[in-house]
Amino acid sequence: MTGTSLVVTDLCVEFSGFVAVGGVSFDAHPGEVRFLIGPNGAGKTTCIDAITGLVKGTGSAKLGEKELLGRQVHRIVRLGVGRTFQTASVFDELTVLQNLDIAAGRHRSSTSLLRSRRGTDPSIELALEETGLTGELATPAGILSHGQKQWLEIAMLLVQDAKVLLLDEPVAGMSQDERTATGELLQRIAAKRIVVVVEHDMDFMRRYATRVTVLHQGRVLSQGTVAEVQADPRVQEVYLGTADAMTEG
Amino acid sequence: MHVDALIAPLLNGSAQGALLLLAALGLSLTFGQMGVINMAHGEFLMIGAFAAYLVQQVITASDLSIPVALPVAFVVAGLFGLLLEVTIIQWMYRRPLDTLLVTVGVGLILQQAALQIFPSQGVPVEKPGWLDGQLNILGYEWPLRQLFTILLATVCVAALSAWLKYTSFGRRIRATVHNRDLAETSGISTRTVDRLTFFTGSGLAGVAGVAASLIGGTNSQMGAQYIIPAFLVVAAGGIGQLKGTIIAAWAVGVALSYFAYWTTGSLAQVLAFILVIVFLQLRPQGLFTVRTRSLA
Amino acid sequence: MTKPWISLSGIGAFAVLLLGVAPFVLTDHWLNNLGKYCCWAIAAVGIGLAWGRGGMLVMGQGVFFALGAYSMAMHLTLETAGDRIPGFMVLYDPLAPLPAFWEPFRSAGFTLLAIVVLPVVLAGVLGYALFKRRVKGAYFAILTQALAVALAILISSTIRETGGDTGLSDFKYFFGYVLNDPANKLMVYLIAAGLLVVCLLAVWQLYRSRFGELLVATRDAEERVRFLGYDPANVKLVAFVVSALMASIGGAMFVPIVGIITPAEIGAAASIMMIAGVAFGGRASLFGPALGAMAVGWGQSSLGSTWPEGWTYILGLLFVVVILFLPNGLSSLPARIAAARRKPDPQPTPAAPAAAVLEEVRS
Repeated sequence: MTGTSLVVTDLCVEFSGFVAVGGVSFDAHPGEVRFLIGPNGAGKTTCIDAITGLVKGTGSAKLGEKELLGRQVHRIVRLGVGRTFQTASVFDELTVLQNLDIAAGRHRSSTSLLRSRRGTDPSIELALEETGLTGELATPAGILSHGQKQWLEIAMLLVQDAKVLLLDEPVAGMSQDERTATGELLQRIAAKRIVVVVEHDMDFMRRYATRVTVLHQGRVLSQGTVAEVQADPRVQEVYLGTADAMTEG
Repeated sequence: MHVDALIAPLLNGSAQGALLLLAALGLSLTFGQMGVINMAHGEFLMIGAFAAYLVQQVITASDLSIPVALPVAFVVAGLFGLLLEVTIIQWMYRRPLDTLLVTVGVGLILQQAALQIFPSQGVPVEKPGWLDGQLNILGYEWPLRQLFTILLATVCVAALSAWLKYTSFGRRIRATVHNRDLAETSGISTRTVDRLTFFTGSGLAGVAGVAASLIGGTNSQMGAQYIIPAFLVVAAGGIGQLKGTIIAAWAVGVALSYFAYWTTGSLAQVLAFILVIVFLQLRPQGLFTVRTRSLA
Repeated sequence: MTKPWISLSGIGAFAVLLLGVAPFVLTDHWLNNLGKYCCWAIAAVGIGLAWGRGGMLVMGQGVFFALGAYSMAMHLTLETAGDRIPGFMVLYDPLAPLPAFWEPFRSAGFTLLAIVVLPVVLAGVLGYALFKRRVKGAYFAILTQALAVALAILISSTIRETGGDTGLSDFKYFFGYVLNDPANKLMVYLIAAGLLVVCLLAVWQLYRSRFGELLVATRDAEERVRFLGYDPANVKLVAFVVSALMASIGGAMFVPIVGIITPAEIGAAASIMMIAGVAFGGRASLFGPALGAMAVGWGQSSLGSTWPEGWTYILGLLFVVVILFLPNGLSSLPARIAAARRKPDPQPTPAAPAAAVLEEVRS
């Protein structure tokens, strides 16, 4: 394990009395594809929301030495934490290149903002190649396919040079081929970065997860490798009905 | 300082707040529940006031005409609102800011129409005899018509909240607000809900118009005076929060009254505006909020 | 990306028409009117930036228009009055001194500085407060409109200090030049028209810059921009401040050209008129706001005086029809027609409007 790690300790989130996340702890390191799974309402997305500052959480979420909780959203991003959303949110009216350019822009000085773009950043070309979007450079993001939008989001995180990628259901609605491509992409990215994936898709999880955290009703139910988690009787109980799907697929 | 020097602005301000509340009540329904920003709401208020005037032309006994005018104004203004919803607003639910601008245009047209139909200096609405008296409160002779405004506002608030809470239609409105798609799939016609909500909200503006006609002048410009303060009241109260709207309206009314007592009427308006803006600085979501985890 | 010379030559042609052709073909009366439309157009260019590109519906630009206009009007009033107290003040209270806040406006330099600094400071403070608290959408629109209403009331009620409802008028000099002289009138017109061209150039560069892209991105998905590490409040603040500055410049030039400034020119109705022109011309396009404002300005000053009731109906209908059927204004019409021709299919596909809008954004 090299580089900084994301360590979440005893994370709690409350919505006017309702405890959405009640003391979740997990850690993620570069070199692994970390999965957060659990039934609906388990608090997976809320965990990510809290880590990225979208909702208020208590406890601790540290990237290396730096505490993330309590900071403003854009400050957390500047520390190197990037995320995607369940519904792909790209700037529909801008082209793929413009989308990526904006994502790359936070490292630029404010005076360069007043100039128009000349040429393409090397980091953008790299991200385009990585995600297979090179041919779509001038396409308005709004008319990309659903899968391509998700890849564009991931590409935006890459040019943003995020150290942590929090991906919220990246393969929802994708075809089988697109899922495979996404899974392989995540594995390549994870070599140098921390990748945390929130997913419903058990098959996808089984194929690409290094380690898994199972959430249930806002708490950690089980944690470990795919095999360990699948063997956990508590997990099977929660997934009763889907338990077969987990083991057979 | 005499007691009545303090009590008079309080009572006058409470009545002013009640009028503001009446004007804001319909807005809090259409804006709060439906997310529609209807800038023609002030003109619906104006329509209510003119309806009261027209009723008085038919029923000359003013003791009777005002009680008749209230439901008439409600229905007339409500029908105008329904017309607006069916012709324009139903196409624009996804574009709230544009709805704001379209209804600005509708407001301009209604104002101009009123200016041409009625005398440009406005029309007199006669106060019924039973509102002429005063009530002595700690030495201050409080005009009864102010008490009437407060009572009217109270009745409207009670009726509206009971309607929302206890009738099946009210439940359907709340269901639609919380989850439109789910409401539709559970057999609620959200189109009907939208229309009736808009009818009711606009109708309430009509009732406010009758109350306004008893206090100030009835002319084509009267609606424009109320729309911005009413919106500020809804915003300060918190979206879709009836109790917030009530408190905000009362606070603004009383503040206006005290400011006017200490300075001048126009400076009071400026100060009240600034007060609300500063308040929204401190609490952008208004007095009361519903916390959600939605992105918006 | 797109060829910059198309927009640039458009601005060039516009500049030639305004500065080179109009002074020779128009009568003094119409040239003066055109100057007035230019002032509204300057404010409209700013509204196009804030609203069209930034998504901030600024319904109270009259406030900033007033800052420029009243700064200029106070200076010109003092210049006309010379050492004496301005006439209208003497009327209300012959013995009272000049209000303290008038004193610095004797200086031409201070006045010019005030025209630039006052709107920047006010918009900066207001924008910072509102955007940091994430006040947006209808709230922002209503609050800005409330400010315009409040300022108009304030000016109306301070007759001795600001001239009240009758406003400030009867200016004889403009920085030493006699305003009655036709040659000087032409100069004032040329300054206004020149400033309009400068403002167009400024937003043209802003729109094609990375900032312009970021502004559109903020308009369409503010939350997403925040998750890219930007503070959207700062992005919006810049656009809002620039638009306020332009409104102030428009207001400042309005005074010597029209010769009077009253609260009616800066209140709620006037602020809404400014929006009307921008909506009509095309909020997000480069030329739409300016041309739309000139068209509405022309309607206001010709129809508005000869057929006032009809003009109000037209203005009202303009809002309804344009916003309902042509939300991106007249300037989106060519792209829409082209899109309709390319696809004879009557069913509009989702891609067609998106492409039309995109043309807008790129222009």
